Amino acid sequence: MLFGIAWDTSSGWAFAVSILPILLIGMWVTIQATVLGFFIALVVGLVWAALKAAPLKIISWPAAVVTEFLRDTPLLIQLFFLYYVLPEFGITLPAFMTGALALGLQYSAYTSEVYRAGIEAVAKGQHEAARALNLSGGRTFSHIILPQAIPRIVPAMGNYLVSIMKDVPLLSVVTVLEMLNVARIIGDRTFNYLVPLSLVGALYLIMTLVASAGVRLLDNWLPKQGIPLK
Amino acid sequence: MSDEPIIKFDKVVKRFGDLTVLNELDFEVKKGEKVSIIGPSGSGKSTVLRILMTLEDINGGVVTVGGEPLWHEKGPDGSLAPASETHLRKMRTQLGMVFQQFNLFPHMTVLRNITEAPVQVLGLSKQEAKQRGEELLELVGLADQAQKYPHQLSGGQQQRVGIARALAMRPNILLFDEPTSALDPELVGEVLNVIGKLAEEHDLTMLLVTHEMRFAREVSDRVCFFDQGRIREEGAPEDLFTDPNEERTREFLQAVLDN
Repeated sequence: MLFGIAWDTSSGWAFAVSILPILLIGMWVTIQATVLGFFIALVVGLVWAALKAAPLKIISWPAAVVTEFLRDTPLLIQLFFLYYVLPEFGITLPAFMTGALALGLQYSAYTSEVYRAGIEAVAKGQHEAARALNLSGGRTFSHIILPQAIPRIVPAMGNYLVSIMKDVPLLSVVTVLEMLNVARIIGDRTFNYLVPLSLVGALYLIMTLVASAGVRLLDNWLPKQGIPLK
Repeated sequence: MSDEPIIKFDKVVKRFGDLTVLNELDFEVKKGEKVSIIGPSGSGKSTVLRILMTLEDINGGVVTVGGEPLWHEKGPDGSLAPASETHLRKMRTQLGMVFQQFNLFPHMTVLRNITEAPVQVLGLSKQEAKQRGEELLELVGLADQAQKYPHQLSGGQQQRVGIARALAMRPNILLFDEPTSALDPELVGEVLNVIGKLAEEHDLTMLLVTHEMRFAREVSDRVCFFDQGRIREEGAPEDLFTDPNEERTREFLQAVLDN
């Protein structure tokens, strides 16, 4: 029994059907961690991209160093650091928040590169026209450059969404009860790993297929009025 | 037309790496004057406009616009220091530019392209900006295209939107950087007509970099022939085109007029 739901081990099929609701509870945690992590990655990544594009080296350099560090160290180390080291400095976050934050921070380093490439692909003439019209730097970025960069970056961001989803099981090491962790617990208690793990694999496949289809829909829906996409 | 120069280049030097594009250029434009700049590619024609629009800085000399240094600020003791962004923003309000590649904002409607800066920079209300935009579209003959996106228009129409967009900021000086070079030949006329109408009906100061020799001759008060980062020869269009003094000018005109 887990989460108040009992399982039926009389047959393989009965077992699968009985543990499905338990796994779905874990799947809901996986989805929440994915969405929150992805949201953090999108927001923080944009901040990195803006800082790295700053003309002053004193701003762009530290941002470049931090993102390089985030990208080149394993997610597991960053996760342990946030979970075990931060409390020593008096910062204690729930395991779920720690996990989502770790995912979001590591992926923010990747998304910042996607933003950068998307922003750099906007024609130089767009910056010049904005400058000639005396638009401010902030307005130029938010209303001229970014709207033209977004249609270019959606496919790459979609790939990272799927990657984050597939990295969520790492959060099990800091006690987050996401889907794989739930399946492992069921396996430990019933000595039947085949059924729960197979189910997790199938559910993951469904989730990633749905996410990919969603990204494709978004990509088709986004207006690309005359924006040359490379 | 008054005699006071609204634009003045005083021994201006511009280098790109080892390449000297403007070589101690002296150049003046009077208020209301229509000046065409012609010359071979690489002679620094476009660079003059880009320096005025503050898209390129300078490596030496002084550029003055409306009596005030453009790339410098006067200190309290009268000495010149490099201009701050605030100063450049203030100076830029006098200038407008029409680009070779139009550089319209592809994700905005034609009308929004024209109203964006007047609302954001000049602080016009949306209603005022819309009215001004519609008047300008009327002027360039595109009143019925306001809600279209740039890619739905022909090149000639896009460039006319580019002209309306520059005019919406009410500049004193309008810079045209090869405005018809990216157009199919049959679309050049409609853009030149608009520029010609502006030149006739407005007291705007106009600077036009162009390869359209016939048009330059019709529309300008003065033509400058640029060669190797300097003005090789300048004068009234009828003189310069029919009887140039310099051999180099003659060669250039022969080469372009033969085509």
